[in-house]
Amino acid sequence: MLESEANPTTLSKSTGLPRKRFYRARAHSNPLSDSHFPVPLSPRHVDYSLHYPQFFPSSDQMGNPKRIQFADVGCGFGGLLISLSTLYPETLMIGMELRDKVTEYVKERICALRGTNPGQYQNVSVVRTNSMKFIPNYFEKGQLTKMFFLFPDPHFKEKNHRRRVISPHLLDEYAYVLEIGGVIYTITDVEELGEWMKSCLENHPLFETLTEEELEADPVVKLLSTATEEGQKVARNGGQTFRAVYRRIQPSV
Amino acid sequence: MEDALNEGENNKELEVAPALIAVHPTQDSVAVAVGSDLRVFDLREGCGVHLTDDSVEPFHKNSIRAIRYGANGKYFVSAGDDKLVKIWSTNNWRCISSVCSEKRVSTVAISKDGLYVCFADKFGVVWVVDLHGIDGSEAPVNKKAAPLLAHYCSIITSLEFSPDGRFILSADRDFKIRVTVFPENPLDGAHEIQSFCLGHSEFVSCLAFICTVDYPQGFLLSGSGDSTVRLWEIDSGSLLHTCEVGHKAGHLGSNGSKEDCSAVIDLCTIPDHNIVAVATQSLQGIMILSCDLSSQSLNIAKVVSTGAENYIPTSFACSCSGELLWMITGVSKFRGSDYNSLARVRVLSGFNTSNANSAEQKVIVLGDNEVPGAEKLLHKLQGSVSVKEDVFVAAAEAVKTAMCNLLIKKQYSAERREFRKRTRNDKKTKQ
Repeated sequence: MLESEANPTTLSKSTGLPRKRFYRARAHSNPLSDSHFPVPLSPRHVDYSLHYPQFFPSSDQMGNPKRIQFADVGCGFGGLLISLSTLYPETLMIGMELRDKVTEYVKERICALRGTNPGQYQNVSVVRTNSMKFIPNYFEKGQLTKMFFLFPDPHFKEKNHRRRVISPHLLDEYAYVLEIGGVIYTITDVEELGEWMKSCLENHPLFETLTEEELEADPVVKLLSTATEEGQKVARNGGQTFRAVYRRIQPSV
Repeated sequence: MEDALNEGENNKELEVAPALIAVHPTQDSVAVAVGSDLRVFDLREGCGVHLTDDSVEPFHKNSIRAIRYGANGKYFVSAGDDKLVKIWSTNNWRCISSVCSEKRVSTVAISKDGLYVCFADKFGVVWVVDLHGIDGSEAPVNKKAAPLLAHYCSIITSLEFSPDGRFILSADRDFKIRVTVFPENPLDGAHEIQSFCLGHSEFVSCLAFICTVDYPQGFLLSGSGDSTVRLWEIDSGSLLHTCEVGHKAGHLGSNGSKEDCSAVIDLCTIPDHNIVAVATQSLQGIMILSCDLSSQSLNIAKVVSTGAENYIPTSFACSCSGELLWMITGVSKFRGSDYNSLARVRVLSGFNTSNANSAEQKVIVLGDNEVPGAEKLLHKLQGSVSVKEDVFVAAAEAVKTAMCNLLIKKQYSAERREFRKRTRNDKKTKQ
């Protein structure tokens, strides 16, 4: 999946990384439309050897209990994944992106980084999918320890609120794939969406907020606003960001 | 194939609804829905039932898509394309509540304790209606539905409660079956997902539980557009066995030609027997599967012909005693026929014979005079006693087309997709 088939001219001559201007994509994609990309039938059908060839040399993954633990939903150009990859080198992580050209870019980017930094970036990968529809096809119950939703599409119109990636009903599915104690990170530069995401998480019985001390102690929290392309853009323009970080808890009986 | 699908897209008139059948748990009555018409026959009195509906919008105005009796037989629910969910008391067949849905309703279920009605709409949201405080004696009560759970914008094809009432199961056209804990107070939503049953490679069309004395908690059965019936353990969502029914169906199909589309239409388990009745799109008759719960396997036992040619059931029903299997074939708003709608009821008997080996049981199709209620029942439920058999081929074809249009994802060729993309700005820069 990550073999480089890219036209050499799309790679930068100085860094060897793919150049973004060859991967222009629309800012939005309709999550409601029927999907035409392949989707694994179940989490057992996800071929780890394609995504993490160094960790899974053969396609027989029965012997290796290692599983993806971080999911960056709507990973965009993959900035967060690249930062997390070196911070947690032994943790498998995956980016999920709906726009095909953006996914292609991230694939090339990871490929180029693996080439120029032997032994590194082997734990990151990307997949083109509609995470709002197919999260349970990729992850087992309680498999994930962290989920990221950074600068999602705000969908301002009320009739499009059901397209938002954080919604009361979708949180049920995120709670299902997160282990007890797993953390969900959200950030946006749109105040209205920030409030929406916070209230969805606050009102959900399976999530509780992290304390200020816990946020302070978590190295990932700092990356939320700095690691991604979208976050850097907001910082350049001096914009404000709104963060909501919640933990998956055992339901009270 | 592509042309056919596109045609269906443009021609909304092709949207026909299959005829449905439901039987009271103790076989007090039997109900049939054809189009917007709801017909009920009282089996104890041996006469047709007159329905009373004093609500603001009496009776259904559009195709009924789901009918269901509650497990205790007290209530009956009907719902469909007119976005109304009607709850009837089976005592006096009066509509005790008419609930408005925002979207068209695709399926309904009643909780095991009979206190909640759940229905699913075509946008993937499952709603719950609280029946506390309804006794059915007074005028229709205005009830509002609360959202329970949602599949992300996918048509929910089937809703089912687990035999112990702990879980609510929902199946969708995105190949998924979701098992959700049915909470103490469902009006606050059901947030805890127990498992997903994943493995089907096409839409899931129907769900049913199989329970025996040895396995009271039961196992789940699902039928799908991928021409399989699958056996699941719902606590973990693990697939126990897959039974291919398409091959058999195709083999025995109309003119021996193998059909590429033989989706499972409906399945029905015979209570306390390890038997499952299956209807598929290309099989004329009923396929009987035997289910061995100790070895957790599912096998085709035999195919029962209804005696009549061209009979492809659209819906099954069975009472708790498992004595008789009721089935119906038919469609609403069927064009090219003299009838406004078309329905044919048949009954299978012989599951309760003492022969222990289910596969060797003598299952027979009852003649029209042997059916409980005989001609009177057929007249009430079918609209007429005799139905010309030859229109059934076209009827089955109409049901199949409607089901495919609704549930199978449109396939476009690579060229056509490229053509549609040509106007996209982000693709232009490539040249």
